[in-house]
Amino acid sequence: MYRIDFNKLRFLICDDNPHMRRILRTLLHSFGAREAYESEDGATALEMYSHYVPDIVITDWAMPIFDGLELAQMIRQPDSKGNPYAPIIMLTGHSEKRRVTVARDAGVNEFLAKPISAKGLYQRILNVVANPRPFIKTKTYFGPDRRRNTANAYIGPERRIGGEMEVLQQPSLLDKARSSV
Amino acid sequence: MAKEQPGKLEVKSFADHHVITQPNPLRKVLLRVPESDLDDPVGRAEKALAGLSGEFKNWMAIEADRLSAAHAAILRDGFTDDTREELFRAAHDIKGDAATFGFPSAGAAAESLCRIIEHAPDLDLVPSDLIAHHINAIQAIVRERTKLDTAATAGVLSRSLRGIADEFLTYANRDRPEHLEAILAPSIIPSE
Repeated sequence: MYRIDFNKLRFLICDDNPHMRRILRTLLHSFGAREAYESEDGATALEMYSHYVPDIVITDWAMPIFDGLELAQMIRQPDSKGNPYAPIIMLTGHSEKRRVTVARDAGVNEFLAKPISAKGLYQRILNVVANPRPFIKTKTYFGPDRRRNTANAYIGPERRIGGEMEVLQQPSLLDKARSSV
Repeated sequence: MAKEQPGKLEVKSFADHHVITQPNPLRKVLLRVPESDLDDPVGRAEKALAGLSGEFKNWMAIEADRLSAAHAAILRDGFTDDTREELFRAAHDIKGDAATFGFPSAGAAAESLCRIIEHAPDLDLVPSDLIAHHINAIQAIVRERTKLDTAATAGVLSRSLRGIADEFLTYANRDRPEHLEAILAPSIIPSE
């Protein structure tokens, strides 16, 4: 059995709502985390990301200045001086399927729909710590491998060319978002 | 903090993509513990969250007041990018927070309001009563919870609003298939 040593993890929380930040801080501290930095908008979060170099980013979607989606896109710059590989967990009130897909395509690792639960948050953190995915770089995408479909017969327009038939045996982001609530 | 020195990246190149693998920089935070380990971080966090619950009613009232202020700005200034954004964000926060705070029906009414703001072709053509009723319902659920006949009444209220809003949105978007699809798509969150 495995457990996470939270006191060795550094978190960056980004949410414009002070109540949600307080809840997140409470949950992370209860898990055992000691370092959780907070920002209330995407621009500040990006500065803090460069300064504090967090291990895991937990971000809301809808925020002022620029939102959590844009934050994810700015972190996932393959040629940036910072770390473009940090796990990003999108914690959001959005609960539509298309939003999950958009978040995935921005390079988000995990999607957690509000209302938040201790179990849902813990599971997302455990997953990014224990099961990191390789990153994929194409002309239009840089981020964790989005390929979770085990159907080898897929020949659609987004099929990668020249790749081996490697697939990750794990549920889709959407399935996980559904099962956690 | 937990990171080791950045592991060497392994890059496999293919015709139209690269696969980049890095030794897991967080593997040192993963501890192997015996099955008999009794530590329960999730249970501990749930208890801590319950410890905050005394503040939830006050927090919910603050969120509802923010929504009403956003609505008042629209009644005063009309729909502008700023007033629309603030109304949406206030409703969206309630949609996400209310169930945690113990007001799931307020969350459902806020979700219905978010859908109106997001999918109405022209917000100036949305009946003003439809928006006002959502905001009044959220205020009533939050402020008058003890007077309402338990949560059931709040549930009936929010479901009625959602029904009316959906009927309006379905008709208003009859020629906008992409919006219609989004309106009719099931949520990834199970209903109450």
